[in-house]
Amino acid sequence: MQNPANGPSTRGSMMTDPKVRAWVFQVLAITTVLAVGWYLFHNTQSNLAQRGITSGFAFLNNSAGFGILQSLIDYTESDTYGRVFVVGLLNTLLVSVLGIFIATLIGFIVGIARLSPNWLISRLAAVYIEIFRNIPPLLQIFFWYFAVLRAMPPPRDSHALGEAFFLNIRGLYLPSPTPDDGFWAFVVALALAIAGCVALARWSRAHHEATGRRFPVLPGSIALLLGLPALVALVAGSPFHWSVPELTGFNFRGGWVVIPELVALTLALSIYTAAFIAEIVRSGIQAVSHGQTEAARSLGLRPGPILRLVIIPQAMRVIIPPLTSQYLNLVKNSSLAAAIGYPDLVSVFAGTVLNQTGQAIETIAITMSVYLAISLSISLLMNWYNKRIALVER
Amino acid sequence: MKNVKTTLASVVAVAALGLSAQASAGTTLDAVTKKGFVQCGVSDGLPGFSYTDSRGAYRGIDVDVCRGVAAALFGDANKVRFTPLTAKERFTALQSGEVDILSRNTTWTSSRDSGMGLNFTGVTYYDGQGFLVSKKLGVKSAKELDGAAVCIQAGTTTELNLSDYFRANGMKYTPITYDKSDETVKALEAGRCDVLTSDQSQLYAQRIKLANPDGYVVLPEVISKEPLGPVVRQGDDEWFNIVRWTLFAQVNAEELGVTSANVEELAKNSKNPDVRRLLGAEGEYGKDLRMPKDWAVKLIKQIGNYGEMFERNVGKGSELKIERGLNALWNNGGLQYAPPVR
Repeated sequence: MQNPANGPSTRGSMMTDPKVRAWVFQVLAITTVLAVGWYLFHNTQSNLAQRGITSGFAFLNNSAGFGILQSLIDYTESDTYGRVFVVGLLNTLLVSVLGIFIATLIGFIVGIARLSPNWLISRLAAVYIEIFRNIPPLLQIFFWYFAVLRAMPPPRDSHALGEAFFLNIRGLYLPSPTPDDGFWAFVVALALAIAGCVALARWSRAHHEATGRRFPVLPGSIALLLGLPALVALVAGSPFHWSVPELTGFNFRGGWVVIPELVALTLALSIYTAAFIAEIVRSGIQAVSHGQTEAARSLGLRPGPILRLVIIPQAMRVIIPPLTSQYLNLVKNSSLAAAIGYPDLVSVFAGTVLNQTGQAIETIAITMSVYLAISLSISLLMNWYNKRIALVER
Repeated sequence: MKNVKTTLASVVAVAALGLSAQASAGTTLDAVTKKGFVQCGVSDGLPGFSYTDSRGAYRGIDVDVCRGVAAALFGDANKVRFTPLTAKERFTALQSGEVDILSRNTTWTSSRDSGMGLNFTGVTYYDGQGFLVSKKLGVKSAKELDGAAVCIQAGTTTELNLSDYFRANGMKYTPITYDKSDETVKALEAGRCDVLTSDQSQLYAQRIKLANPDGYVVLPEVISKEPLGPVVRQGDDEWFNIVRWTLFAQVNAEELGVTSANVEELAKNSKNPDVRRLLGAEGEYGKDLRMPKDWAVKLIKQIGNYGEMFERNVGKGSELKIERGLNALWNNGGLQYAPPVR
């Protein structure tokens, strides 16, 4: 609205024009931010040069020269720092994925149990939640690592299950499969079986909607998943042979080993996060009004289908956003790994590599960006899922 | 907590390098004089080198290096404050200016001396890497360690030497890495690993922390050269010279027979020109270093000469009972040798 007292704006009163003023201030703000950024960057550069500290990312191509306890890809000491980064990243992702999976599982079970009409079950769930969400995660990691897993016997007195599974202070040793003659036939059969299951589920849904009759999808799928690969294995020969761990010298050799550091970290993080997820699940379910349950009951549905078909889908809309935060917390908490020597990204890259190369700025910057990237990816994924299940108004 | 601390230290270092005004040569001495004490980075607990005694006072050979600098500068060995650092934290702490001297059984290597912006001022202890194993294993030599799980402290040269040694001998190992040396000892005791590797001096120190020290043995092989010494920031020659000559003065004092008991006597009455120059009775050698004339007298009086410092902390006067070996004076079959004062 024009103020008649000022009359039409003249050249001298440019600053009174809100449009011009807005531009001026925005340009000023951006210039200041850029100038501060440039100052920090330039100052860091010249300080590094002055103190004779090497900078840049060339170190990523130098050979590392140290061993790493657990690696999901092939790694030897002569590999580069760049590969160490990948090893650390994969270890972080491994513990995050395992943690998120187990935490979600426990969280949903405990959250639903918390609402159980059975007094004992709901109390037990409440006790679980109150204990585990109120103890700092680092202490829980120490508990599992030092109190539980350190009490395991030495390799020579391992707890053994048959001649194939061994549990001792060095970890859990399992037989590992290595591809044999029938491997590819087996893989193809498995893929076919999975495709078959999907097709079966689709057909069954259409069949159900058309006729109102249900086809037993689950037993059918299981039969398909087990039967087809087994049949192919009989014809084409065994897909794997098993490498069984064997005690030679100091340690078991062969097979897979699940290191205690991984177990302690995964357990502690999932149990801790599950307590929060349980409360989120409870709040989500309670947010669905009781009228929905009553309406479903009046249609003649039993408690199981009511939960599965009516309550959970609506509760999910309340659950997903805070659940995303818990997943992000779990990923970030996984950096506590360094406290027990699990070789995650922080421990191996922002710790050992930083120390061996002395290039603090580069390693910390890389590590920070990686956590940012992981967290943003999880956020994006969960937001997409949230949108998908959101209430669509008709 | 440790990783939080390490990360924090690194982030602080990053911020410090970005924000601090440009460093110029000679600022460390001025800053130290102004604040009135030396900030010294030491290890997080290693008997003989740096540890806190039952009354909470810092002790050890690494600690005495810093006390020596304080005694030389201020005439008072107590004008030091200590910052305990893990192996991973140490260089960032020095680079960022959090400490003035890093005296933390740190191995002198080419990459640390050049690429990291650090300078080693000398060697306080000639060491080498060894192995500590339980007697129960019946291992007599490091060559028998194929397939063993090995406990190591993260971020050390030990990690690198270990991998070199096993590769050179065609053996395999499983590295179990912890941030603190205490944790490696606990893991060895619990059986998480078969063998603990570290500098030999540390192995002796760590062995006395075990519940049953006699159940463990240090293997005969020494697989590396580990010259341990104090470190300062690169580009500040004045401060570098002060730290370097503090140690040289102690070595020279031992060679000339100057001890904490007789130093004041000798400063007044000695006829030996070498002794007179060292103790400031002749010439202006302290002034060149921007230190008081009698700096070496205060230093030797309060800390003792190199031999006294060694025996008190890690030698005969200590629990560790380490022989002088490589650390004897050059004229006694060892490697400790200091340029003359003149």
